[in-house]
Amino acid sequence: MTAENNRRAWMSLLAKAPADRLSALWQAYGAAPKFHWLRAPEIGASMVRGRLGGTGAPFNLGEMTLTRCALQLESGEVGHGYVQGRDKQKAEIAALVDALMQGPEAAAAEAAILKPLGDELAEAKTARAEKAAATKVDFFTMVRGED
Amino acid sequence: MYVAVKGGERAIDNAHAWLAEERRGDLNVAELSVAQIREQLSLAVNRVMAEGSLYDPDLAALAIKQAQGDMIEAIFLIRAYRTTLPRFGASAPVETADMACDRRISATFKDAPGGQVLGPTFDYTHRLLDFALAAEGEAPVVERGEARAEPTPHITEFLNKEGLIQAEVDSEDVPGDLTREPLELPANRPLRLQALTRGDEGFVLSMAYSTQRGYARNHAFVGELRIGKVPVEMEVPELGFAIEVGEIELTECETVNQFQGSKTEPPQFTRGYGLVFGQSERKAISMALVDRALRWEELGEDNLGAPAQDEEFVLYHSDNIQATGFLEHIKLPHYVDFQSELELIRKLRREAMENAAPVQEAAE
Repeated sequence: MTAENNRRAWMSLLAKAPADRLSALWQAYGAAPKFHWLRAPEIGASMVRGRLGGTGAPFNLGEMTLTRCALQLESGEVGHGYVQGRDKQKAEIAALVDALMQGPEAAAAEAAILKPLGDELAEAKTARAEKAAATKVDFFTMVRGED
Repeated sequence: MYVAVKGGERAIDNAHAWLAEERRGDLNVAELSVAQIREQLSLAVNRVMAEGSLYDPDLAALAIKQAQGDMIEAIFLIRAYRTTLPRFGASAPVETADMACDRRISATFKDAPGGQVLGPTFDYTHRLLDFALAAEGEAPVVERGEARAEPTPHITEFLNKEGLIQAEVDSEDVPGDLTREPLELPANRPLRLQALTRGDEGFVLSMAYSTQRGYARNHAFVGELRIGKVPVEMEVPELGFAIEVGEIELTECETVNQFQGSKTEPPQFTRGYGLVFGQSERKAISMALVDRALRWEELGEDNLGAPAQDEEFVLYHSDNIQATGFLEHIKLPHYVDFQSELELIRKLRREAMENAAPVQEAAE
């Protein structure tokens, strides 16, 4: 279960990562593992759903673009890429990282790619939350003079 | 009768080349990049994503560039592209309660937990043209506060706890999809909301405005309006578990509507709901008002004959691509159709003249 949760977490992170940043971190990591495609990168869409009133029955809100692929390293690990947007290279890198995270390089890939990505996304999220907080209204009540 | 006529290829090619030149404009002015449109015309990008029904800011920005800023043309391009994409699946319903809110306001509860957070809003601006923007200026430094760590609760939950607002019934029914099945009436609420969220902003706004002016008035308060990002989670079949496949910005509006009670429902507050891609609050509020007006039947209200209560009228006219497709087709060649009209008018006219002639003679 924990293994599944971990994989869920890193795949989610890779899906949301900005394509250019993921690419830069991958280049810097410098790995070029040999692999073959189980499914070449393919662009498609997912239908995003909402709920009536935010909590009721689901309805179809509209689609979002996704790119997916699957590959197998020579060492045997199978990696899946399911990423937001239409960048095939991003999907490939995501699948490679997913595969590496299941093998002996996991700790190194985690430190070089996932950790910085996670930190940057958290930082960006905090920055927006801080800006939002600065626009929070402080009400004050004018006390009327009469008794 | 349709008769195929060939010709015009050269004229069409030349027209398209000229269109491309006009789109580029004065070569002494720097060309717009897609990234500039995405970053600096983001609300236009949001509208194209919402009505194009495809969340992809880069594609929407490209469509705006290609359409020379014609929003409906840009939406058309996105709709056309969307049909070429294989669908990998459907997401789990997004959890708007967990939204990382950039903006969150309530017009009903001043002291709502989580507070009134204005976010990057046009509200309270004086709507005076800012000529400083005509010159290249630096953006101001934005103040920071202390980030809220926990999720912001939905306002309607407080009313729900007291039983004062009509509850939404949770279900896992697979909703109908009007991009897959033609819309049939009567439509249920999930289908209506799908039509409204991709409907034309101007149309939905006008319908909502008509309810405020008294056509099926339903006394809406904005219980809550929130804008921010939510993760999108989808089950991946080859993994056997769900992952977040991305993150999207949404605007959500929940209206709280006065309700005296009806034949079937006790007096309570009722809800209208709007949920739209991107930062699109005018559209989200409009959607919520129209949603509420269309619910008259399930709430046991009277049909007042108002346009916003008329599901067929609203749903069949809200889609600007269908509307513009039908509207604009009449400018395409109708030479043969018109030829028969011309013959008919000539004949009727000849007959009318012949009938009138003896009367004239008699008068002489």
